[in-house]
Amino acid sequence: MHELSIAISMIDQITEESANRGGLDVEAVHLRLGVFSGVDKDALLFSWELACEGSCLEGTRLVIETIPLVIYCAACQKDRVPPSVYQLTCPDCGTPGQRIVTGREIEVASLEVVA
Amino acid sequence: MSTRMVEVRAKALKQNDLLARALRERFREEGTFVVGLVSSPGSGKTAFLEKLLACLARDCRVAALVGDLATENDAERLRRATPNVKQITTGTVCHLDAQMVEKSLESWRLDRIDFLFIENVGNLVCPSNYDLGEELRFVLLSATEGEDKPLKYPTIFNSSDVAIITKMDLAEAAEFDLPAARRNIESVRPGMQIFEVSAKTGSGMQGVFDLLNAQLASARRVAVIG
Repeated sequence: MHELSIAISMIDQITEESANRGGLDVEAVHLRLGVFSGVDKDALLFSWELACEGSCLEGTRLVIETIPLVIYCAACQKDRVPPSVYQLTCPDCGTPGQRIVTGREIEVASLEVVA
Repeated sequence: MSTRMVEVRAKALKQNDLLARALRERFREEGTFVVGLVSSPGSGKTAFLEKLLACLARDCRVAALVGDLATENDAERLRRATPNVKQITTGTVCHLDAQMVEKSLESWRLDRIDFLFIENVGNLVCPSNYDLGEELRFVLLSATEGEDKPLKYPTIFNSSDVAIITKMDLAEAAEFDLPAARRNIESVRPGMQIFEVSAKTGSGMQGVFDLLNAQLASARRVAVIG
């Protein structure tokens, strides 16, 4: 389970971000998490609480937005949602999608801070 | 209590990504071609690497970093082929990260290494998120594991560049369905290059050597032009 490592890495990054902006009182962290990121949402939520304990982010909520897997179909020349994460083909024409458009994100999108 | 939103838009593993990018630049400057190896435990990474190192060491300068939770066993095996081997023991951590790689390189002269192989901890989940600065990532799948592994672990197959099907000498005994395995790899990583090898008999290894030598030559041409 590497979700704990990811949570710790996020805390380091947010702490730095907060310091750079003169110290933020963070209420919630908004994360964009792709379904093809290899990171489990529930495991990350669990790890987040553990990792925050005793840090300056203790009690901070983690809000996760799930990002779907989207591939680019070269035949249709359009972004498409494949049938599943283990079949990266265009749902309309069946062409294999060699480029992933979204779905890999593990991105801290924004911080909700006390105004 | 009112709140406001502060936009960040930064990757959660930014620190690792930055360090990996710096490592990649350093490898390119020093002329070291770096290959990462990922697979499940017991799929034959070390046997494959032993064979690769032994053969490549005839004409090239090779080195390897090998990750495990505990023991020096794999490093000892690989040292039969080259003295340039370091074991990274991660303790409880299930993957290597760029910092571990950087730290392990401290006493090495990269300009005296043509190929560096980084054997990750046996794990088909966690290593996919951690860029190590490698130029190519090989994902290994053994004939004894079953042909549906790529479908079960699509992320790691998709984040790799080349698939190596190992233990092909056992394929018949294990009733391994090779066409299905190739189909499944194609399904999760369309267009992926696939090699079928046996480290034991040496079959199929030539294709891998040819790929590596071609990649090294091409990387150095780019370096000269650049």
